[in-house]
Amino acid sequence: MATAVLQPDTLEEKLVEEYGYEDHFHEHHHGDKFQSNFITTYVFSQDHKMIAKQFLITGMFWGMIGGLMSLVFRLQLGFPEESLAWLQPILGKWIEINPEGIGKLSQEFYYALVTMHGTILVFFVLTAGLSGTFSNLLIPLMVGARDMASPFLNMLSYWFFFTAGLVMFFSLFLSTGPFAGGWTAYPPLSVLPEASSGSGAGMTLWTISLVLFVVSVLLGGINYITTVLNLRTKGMTMWRLPLPIWAFFITAVIGLLSFPVLASAFFLVMFDRELGTSFFLSEIFIGGKALDHVGGSPILYQHLFWFLGHPEVYIIILPAMGIVSEVLSVNARKPVFGYKAMVFSILAIAFLSFIVWAHHMFMSGVNPFISNFFVIFTLIIAVPSAVKVFNWIATLYGGNIRLNSAMLFSIGFVSMFISGGLTGIFLGNSAIDIQMHDTYFVVAHFHIVMGVAAFFGMFAGVYHWYPKMFGRFMNETLGKIHFWGTMVGAYAIFWPMHYLGMAGVPRRYYSFDVFQTFSHFAEMNKFITVAAVLVFGFQMLFFINFFYSIWRGKKQTVQNPYGATTLEWTTPVRPGHGNWPGKIPAVQRWAYDYGKDGKEFISQIVPLKEGEHDGGH
Amino acid sequence: MTESIMEQEIGRNKIHPKKFALLVACASMSMVFAAQTSAYMVRQASGNWLEFPLPNIFFFNTLVIVLSSVTLHGSYLAFKRAKENLFKGLLLLSLFLGIAFVVLQLQGWADLQAMGVPLKLNPSGDFIYAISGIHLAHVLGGITALLITAIVAFMMPFKLTPARKLRFEMSMLYWHFVDGLWVYLIVFWTLQR
Repeated sequence: MATAVLQPDTLEEKLVEEYGYEDHFHEHHHGDKFQSNFITTYVFSQDHKMIAKQFLITGMFWGMIGGLMSLVFRLQLGFPEESLAWLQPILGKWIEINPEGIGKLSQEFYYALVTMHGTILVFFVLTAGLSGTFSNLLIPLMVGARDMASPFLNMLSYWFFFTAGLVMFFSLFLSTGPFAGGWTAYPPLSVLPEASSGSGAGMTLWTISLVLFVVSVLLGGINYITTVLNLRTKGMTMWRLPLPIWAFFITAVIGLLSFPVLASAFFLVMFDRELGTSFFLSEIFIGGKALDHVGGSPILYQHLFWFLGHPEVYIIILPAMGIVSEVLSVNARKPVFGYKAMVFSILAIAFLSFIVWAHHMFMSGVNPFISNFFVIFTLIIAVPSAVKVFNWIATLYGGNIRLNSAMLFSIGFVSMFISGGLTGIFLGNSAIDIQMHDTYFVVAHFHIVMGVAAFFGMFAGVYHWYPKMFGRFMNETLGKIHFWGTMVGAYAIFWPMHYLGMAGVPRRYYSFDVFQTFSHFAEMNKFITVAAVLVFGFQMLFFINFFYSIWRGKKQTVQNPYGATTLEWTTPVRPGHGNWPGKIPAVQRWAYDYGKDGKEFISQIVPLKEGEHDGGH
Repeated sequence: MTESIMEQEIGRNKIHPKKFALLVACASMSMVFAAQTSAYMVRQASGNWLEFPLPNIFFFNTLVIVLSSVTLHGSYLAFKRAKENLFKGLLLLSLFLGIAFVVLQLQGWADLQAMGVPLKLNPSGDFIYAISGIHLAHVLGGITALLITAIVAFMMPFKLTPARKLRFEMSMLYWHFVDGLWVYLIVFWTLQR
C-alpha cells in the first residue's frame, strides 16, 4: 500500500489523482509502523479507524452491562412481590433470601445499581461510545486527513477509557458494593466513607475511574479540535465541513471546557475524603455523633458538578444531532435544509449550555431570584433546538426518501428529540419544578431526550457507516425489526412515566409499598418493566446483527454505496493506514450538493463548473 | 524522515498541529483553575471565612518562577542562534529555578502552618493548600519536560533541527503557562483579600 494508485479505476480515484494534494505520505512507509503485527493492528493501534472500533465495541459492552442493571431494578419496581431468588447465582449476597425462600434485592444494592446504570450510560456509553467512536472514525475521513493530529495521544485516549472501565468494573465486585450515592455523587454520601456501604472503597474506585475517564476525554478532545482546525485538506473551508464534523468539533470544545471543572470538584472530594478537609461538609452527625467537619458547603459541589453536568448532556446529544443531519440529507437525497442555521444553532446551544447549570438545582436552596436567570436561559435553548428540528423536517419534506435502518433511526431521533424536548420546557420553569423535581417526570424527560435520542443517533451512525468500518453491510431486515421494536418499546417505557411523575411518584425509591397514593400505579409499573425487558431483547438483535455482519454481512462492492458527497466515500472500500492510497483529495464544493443541475449527487471532490455557485458560501 | 511531512504541515498551517494541541490543552487546564478560584469566591461570600495574610515566601516565589521563564526564553533564543554554551547554561539555570520553586512552595506550606493556618482549620486555608497543590502538580509536569530537554541537550551533540526546536518550544510554552498560572493565582488571592 506504499505506492500510489497508478491506474485509477473509478471516477472518485481519477478525481483524487487529478486534483488531489500530494503530501508524500506513502513514501515514508508510515503504514508499517501502525499495522505491522497483531498487537499494533488490533490492540495498541494508532490508526483512528481501529480506535473508533475499539471505542464502539467497548461502549457496546458497557451498554449491555448498564442495560442489564436497569432490568434488575426494573424487576424490583415492576414486581416487588415476586421472588428474585433465581438471580442469586449472578448477584450473590445482594439477593437476600428470607426463611420462606423469597429472594429480595438488597436495598443497598438497588441504589448501587441505579448509580452504576447512570454513570455507565452517561459516561462510558453515550460519551465515550458515541462521540469517541464517531469523532475518531469520521473526523479524519471527512476533513481529508491521514489521521488525527497525534495518533499516539489518540491511542492513549482509548486506553485511559479502557482503564477507567476496568476500575469501575472491579468496583462492582467489592464486598461492600460499588458506589451507591447516585451518578451525581453529591456530598455527603460521596465524601463520608461511613455514610453508606458503597461510600467507602466503592466511591474511591468510582472517583479514580472517573478521573481516568476525564483524562481520556481531554486527550481525545485535544486531538479532535486540533485535527479539525489544522489538518483539513486543501479547499476544505470551515463552511464546507459536513455537519457531523461541526458537531464533533463543538462537542470537543464543550468537553474541554467543562470536564476540567468536574475534575476540580473530584479533586476537592478527594481532599475531603483523604485529608479530612471540609470543602463540601458542614455540621454533620452520623449515628448521633458529630463529625469534626465544619464550614463546608455541599451546594458548592453541586455548582461545580452541574457546570460540567449540563454541558455534558450536549456532549451527548450534539454528536447524535450531527450524525442525524448527515444521514437524513443523504437518504432524503436533498441538501440539508439551512446548513448555516444548523451550524449557528450548534454554536448557540454550546454557548447556552454553560449558563444554565443551576436549573438542576432549583430545589437545592438556590436563591429564587437567581433561578430566574437560569429559567430564562434554559428556555432560550428551545430556540436553537427548534431551529434544528424545523430544519430536519424541512430536509425530509419533498425528499426522495430511502427508508433504510439508518434513516429510520434518524427520523426516530427527531421524534424522540421533540417528545423529550417539550417536557424540558416544563422542567426548565423553576415554579413547575417545585412539583416535578425528583419525580418520574424527570426520569422520563432525560431518558427520552438524551438517552433514547442519543442512542438513536448512535444506531443511525452505526448502520450508516458500518460499511466504512468493516467493508460489509448490516442486515437490513434485522435492522428494521430492531428499529420498530426499540421505537415502540422506548415510548412504552417512558411515556407512562410522565403520568407517574405528574402524580408525584418520586424517583430512586426502592419500593412504593407503604404509599397508599401510589398503589394504583402498580400495574403501570409492571407494564413499564415488561416493555423494558422486550426493548432489551431487541438490542440483543442489534448485537447479533453487528457481530454476525462483521464476518458474514453483505459485502460492500462499490466505493460510494449511498451516493453520498462526503470524502469518506472516496477512499477504497477498506481504507488502509493513511486512508487514501495516493494523494489526499482536494475539496471543491460544500458537502450537500444533492439533486443539483439534474444530477442526483455531486461529490465534494468534483470541481465547480464555471459560474457555479458553491452552496456553503 | 517524518521531518518533510512536518515541514509541509507547517507550510500549510501557521502553527504546528502539536503546538496547537498543547495550546488547547493549556486552555483546558486553565478551566481547572477557573473552577477552583470561582469556588473560592463563592465559598468566601458565604461567610465563616478566616482571613489571614499569605506567607511572604509565596510572593518571593513568584519572582523565582517568573525569572525561570525569562532564563528559559533566553536559553531558547540562544538555541536558535546556535550559541551552545549559553543555551545549556540558561537551560540548567531555568531547571534549577524550577526545582527551587517547588522547594520554596513546600516551605510556604510550612510557613502557613507555622502562622497558625494548618490544613483542616478553615476552608479559606484549605483552598490555599488545595489550589497551590494542584498548581504544584502542574509545575512538576513542567519540570519533567525541562529535565528531558536538558538530558537531550547534554547527552546528544548539539544540532539545530526543526524537531528539536519544536520540542523545545513546546516545553517552553508549557513552562510559561504554569508560570502565568501562578501569577494569576497570586494576583487573584491578593485582590480577594
